[in-house]
Amino acid sequence: MSSKQRIEVRVNGIRHVREVEPRLTLADFLRHDLGLGGTHVGCEHGICGACTVLIDDRSARACLTLAVQADGHEVATVESLRAPESGALHPIQQAFVDAHGLQCGFCTPGFMMTTLELLRGNPDPTEEQIKEALGGNLCRCTGYQSILESVKLAAQRMKPGAPA
Amino acid sequence: MKPAPFDYHAPATLDEAVALLTRLGDEGCDVKIIAGGQSLMPMLALRVARPEVLVDLGRLEALDYIRDEGGTLVIGAMASKQAAADSDLVRRAQPLFQAATELVGHRQIRNRGTVGGSFAHADPASEYPAVALVLDTEFEAVGPDGMRTIPAADFFVTYMTTSLEANEVLTAVKFAPFAPRRRWAIQEFARRNGDLALAGVAVTLDIEAGLCRDVRIAAFGVQATAVRLTAAERMLEGRPAQPQHFEEAGRVAATALDDPMGCIHASPDYRRHLVGVLAARALTEAAARPQ
Ligand SMILES: Cc1cc2nc3c(=O)[nH]c(=O)nc-3n(C[C@H](O)[C@H](O)[C@H](O)COP(=O)(O)OP(=O)(O)OC[C@H]3O[C@@H](n4cnc5c(N)ncnc54)[C@H](O)[C@@H]3O)c2cc1C
Ligand code: FES
Ligand code: FES
Repeated sequence: MSSKQRIEVRVNGIRHVREVEPRLTLADFLRHDLGLGGTHVGCEHGICGACTVLIDDRSARACLTLAVQADGHEVATVESLRAPESGALHPIQQAFVDAHGLQCGFCTPGFMMTTLELLRGNPDPTEEQIKEALGGNLCRCTGYQSILESVKLAAQRMKPGAPA
Repeated sequence: MKPAPFDYHAPATLDEAVALLTRLGDEGCDVKIIAGGQSLMPMLALRVARPEVLVDLGRLEALDYIRDEGGTLVIGAMASKQAAADSDLVRRAQPLFQAATELVGHRQIRNRGTVGGSFAHADPASEYPAVALVLDTEFEAVGPDGMRTIPAADFFVTYMTTSLEANEVLTAVKFAPFAPRRRWAIQEFARRNGDLALAGVAVTLDIEAGLCRDVRIAAFGVQATAVRLTAAERMLEGRPAQPQHFEEAGRVAATALDDPMGCIHASPDYRRHLVGVLAARALTEAAARPQ
């Protein structure tokens, strides 16, 4: 039963080849096999959004995806946000810092990856569109208002032509 | 790692998938299809489902399409719900299905969850089965004996059960042309944005010379499977398309509803009440929609 499978996944631009059990979730694969602890696991059954990553540039719940299903695909985690050379925070990260978009920080990686997808597709979202996009992520600390402000600030700073 | 152990296959073709499902089934193996995993993964994590083998349809790219076939909208089973929600073709050809798709879960769920998976899963609280009942929808499935077509009325059997055989793969969903004059609406009530609905109602109707014609109303979230609200449909047929008649249709629908489900979030009586309110709202919205 349950023979291991060989998978090849690009995570944050780096190719990884591993043998995994079929029942291993992508979230556990990222955290335990690759040591990328930024992807958090809360509920592990699709409710909280803490585990949100991008698969082929589309947001996905890493707890509702098997590592074997990521074979041949491209995954981006919250660790991809920081500039590789300078170590500078991504505008989304900086906006969460500046607008107090986090308290304990447990939900934050999921909110940021959701925000990344939103702002790539819609650089100038309305408040309604931001609320709709964040609807699949839960936060038990902030009351959401400061997260909303963080996303607005990030959008403002990332808009083409905005002062750096 | 929460799921119990299982073996995994990701066949490269539909024929291979059907052959695998048939062989493993004949060997007495508990085998399950996985598509987007957005319903199955939570069930595996909670160990409500403990299959011995998963057959992943993820490599069947031939089933990932949305196209027009002589006026019929055909959506391949492996097309994602987000692709359906974003498709101009879907919006033009089947506005009710497009609107229903936007109500399903969140973007993260729709990005991975497939159109076929939602129909095959047949969750009683899902928007999709109810929408299929008020549109002219057919399902195409492929098994060891080839392809067959199943009308929506015969597809949904009961709680999370369809008429698909264990070794059949749902390959496509077909929507007959939706006449531009036809009205539509979908209304639901959920505790949080994106949650499965406690109750919902989908309607389609024509309004000819101010009178309701060919009224179809279906409810979801209230019984083991989506249901047509036939008493209210009959009551409205030929009546003037006016608010007092829509209110009355809501009352008739609520009264006639057999044995609604109850859970900690909503009692049977509350669900009955919701169906009445939502049916009246949906009819009013449909009638007011600019042509
Ligand atoms: C947080 C959250 C919120 C959600 N909200 C909603 C909602 O509001 N409304 C709603 O309708 N759904 C909702 N869902 C469910 C979601 O829409 C799923 O994507 C969908 O039900 C299943 O599609 P899937 O491709 O993920 O299928 P899977 O989870 O992979 O499979 C589901 C079932 O269908 C079978 N199956 C899948 N594809 C086929 C096929 N081609 N042929 C035969 N059998 C097949 C599988 O064997 C399995 O039994 C929600 C899910 C989550 C996690
Ligand atoms: S851990 Fe994945 S949604 Fe909660
Ligand atoms: S900051 Fe604590 S859960 Fe969101």
